Amino acid sequence: MASLILAESAIFTIFVVAYLFYVGKSLTGPTPGQVLETPVFYTICLLSSSLTMHVAGNFLKRGKEGAFLTLWLLTLLLGGLFLFGTGQEWHRLIYEKGLTISTNLFGTTYYSLVGLHAFHVTAGLLMLLIVLIFGFAGRVHRDQSGRIEVLSMYWHFVDAVWVVVFTVVYILGR
Amino acid sequence: MSTTAIAIENLQSTAKPWTETLHDWVTTVDHKRLGILYILYGLFYLLIAGCEALIIRIQLTHAHNNFVSPQVFNRMFTMHGTTMIFFVVMPILFGFANYLVPLMIGARDMAFPRLNAFSFWLTALGGLLLYFSFLGGNGLYGAGNAPDVGWWAYAPLGAKAFSPGHSTDYWTIALLVSGFGSVGTAINIIATVLCMRCPGMHLGRMPLLPWLNFVMAGMVLLAITPLTAAQLMLLVDRYQGGHFFDTQAGGSATLWMHFFWIFGHPEVYVLVIPAFAFMSEIIPVFSRKPIFGYPVMVGATVAIGFVSMSVWAHHMFTVGMNSYANSFFAITTMCVGIPTGIKIFNWIGTMWGGRIQFKTPMLFSIGFLGQFLVAGLTGIIQSAAPVDWQLSLSYFVVAHFHYVIVGGIVFAIFAAFYYWYPKVTGRMLSETLGKWHFWLFVIGFHMTFDIMHIPGILGMPRRIYTYEPRPGWEALNLIVTIGAFIQAAAILVFVYNLVISYWKGAKAGNDPWDAWTLEWSVTSPPPAYNFARVPVVASRRPLWDQKHPEDPDSIYE
Repeated sequence: MASLILAESAIFTIFVVAYLFYVGKSLTGPTPGQVLETPVFYTICLLSSSLTMHVAGNFLKRGKEGAFLTLWLLTLLLGGLFLFGTGQEWHRLIYEKGLTISTNLFGTTYYSLVGLHAFHVTAGLLMLLIVLIFGFAGRVHRDQSGRIEVLSMYWHFVDAVWVVVFTVVYILGR
Repeated sequence: MSTTAIAIENLQSTAKPWTETLHDWVTTVDHKRLGILYILYGLFYLLIAGCEALIIRIQLTHAHNNFVSPQVFNRMFTMHGTTMIFFVVMPILFGFANYLVPLMIGARDMAFPRLNAFSFWLTALGGLLLYFSFLGGNGLYGAGNAPDVGWWAYAPLGAKAFSPGHSTDYWTIALLVSGFGSVGTAINIIATVLCMRCPGMHLGRMPLLPWLNFVMAGMVLLAITPLTAAQLMLLVDRYQGGHFFDTQAGGSATLWMHFFWIFGHPEVYVLVIPAFAFMSEIIPVFSRKPIFGYPVMVGATVAIGFVSMSVWAHHMFTVGMNSYANSFFAITTMCVGIPTGIKIFNWIGTMWGGRIQFKTPMLFSIGFLGQFLVAGLTGIIQSAAPVDWQLSLSYFVVAHFHYVIVGGIVFAIFAAFYYWYPKVTGRMLSETLGKWHFWLFVIGFHMTFDIMHIPGILGMPRRIYTYEPRPGWEALNLIVTIGAFIQAAAILVFVYNLVISYWKGAKAGNDPWDAWTLEWSVTSPPPAYNFARVPVVASRRPLWDQKHPEDPDSIYE
């Protein structure tokens, strides 16, 4: 998983480089300062989901499967909430502000970067859902802690990427 | 300690139906079978990409030739380059890595056997997708066709406006898919090397082949992924109206070049480091001396891995970067030659004072040494940006990189074939045919690629489908073409050798070369489980210790 994270970091780095390179270079259309709203609440959701997942993993290592499942479900819900928030933001940007992926450089780089991250969140949520289903079927026990830990690494990575994307897009880029 | 197979007496069996054998091979997760599948796949595409090269050479034999149209010529050099790098050399090297790394570290398989199979099939199907473009793609000129934008697909040629139809998309998606396969294999190699070494084999005792493949795998993780990112951006540009490389919206075509070469340069080191691995295993055995300077070999390779990530823009000296950038990349490019040179000295140091056996693997290794050295030197020539301004986009560059890839990497691959074929199949390749293969190939190689430098210096550009009859160009191009056909003949001898020796070759036994690494301790071919009992090693040459208990390496290390 560490190797996969290293490889994925390289992909995200290239998209971040493209984003930063093109900051301020759009010839037309809305600029970040005009249309972006900092998604503080949804960011807190996503970052808290890392915390809940960590605690869930600890519960599982101690054999407390009920607590594990509860916190795992909470992680999933927080992650889902983040995705919902992203979708809401995009809806607003597309329909109210007229910013699409083809509008200008900002649109292209913004949707690609945030979209790539959202795709990774979605993939992570899918894996979390699979674990949840297995959990409800009573098949996730202390022995599976190692696998849960590997999955947690991926989820924490997705969170870390969001910290970088958030900083680049909503703080530096404006 | 016995690491050989356990024999079971009086076993009776009937032959399996061929459908069952086919099913076993298609669904295998055994690293040895996947290795063989990778290698056979690469060999198949070698023949196809070789034919594409011959078509290029025939077209360039004399001025104003019309053997193929310009459109077809563009497709030929695009497909030749793309196929050779992604579907010939990478599969063959991954195949050898898959086969040998677990055996050499005393493991029973790779860390993630199913990921291994998945990675192979991703690569295989990526190649098929690329070649389907001949039937399904819609090139610039209407009829279904293959990509024709060069293997680097520079912006804005790759944009929808300049490459309508789908030929560029076949290029993009085929490489995207096989890129995922490569990343999967890299993850597998890293996990295997870090977690599955047998007892006693700490990293300082691991043979150089697993070490160098480990470095290569790390580079794959960081090099292939920028290409993946750039290709995703290209797809966004082509299909979603994005502007990543669209200068009319303020985008930058140079950005594609940066992203592509951030991939492209480490990629060629990904190709060459496994070749170094083969040399580091083969040269010692045929010099009857352990490798000179093992720690430095590892250190130099790691250094190459790092420095090579910082040299990419030497492919862009003529693009118009400022002089600070040009100087930086010129300096880093020269620096990457230093650890490489150290490795060459170490191989020579291994041979010095040894008792050289001029068997076919060693012949190819010696060819590698001299040719890779010259190739590196022509690279250093071009690392000086002003010199590169003259030579860029000329046949000098083409001669340089073919010298590295064919004169270096392909020679190392041939050496590896002759060395490990007995282990994989249980039969020796014919030495006579091997020597024919070697000498024909050396003559053809030098005829083609030594001469090719000259038209480059005289100013013949790359990527042109024909040329004016300038003084000297026609004669030189003719010689280059003849050399290409001699190389083709050598390859046919090689393929014939591979096929005929499978049935008629001398039986090899466990250890035909009197070598020292763990793969030679098992039968040829190895049993499915590799080792009946997991070996325990005490030195870098566990088989030397086994064969010479009175003078084991372990007392010196």
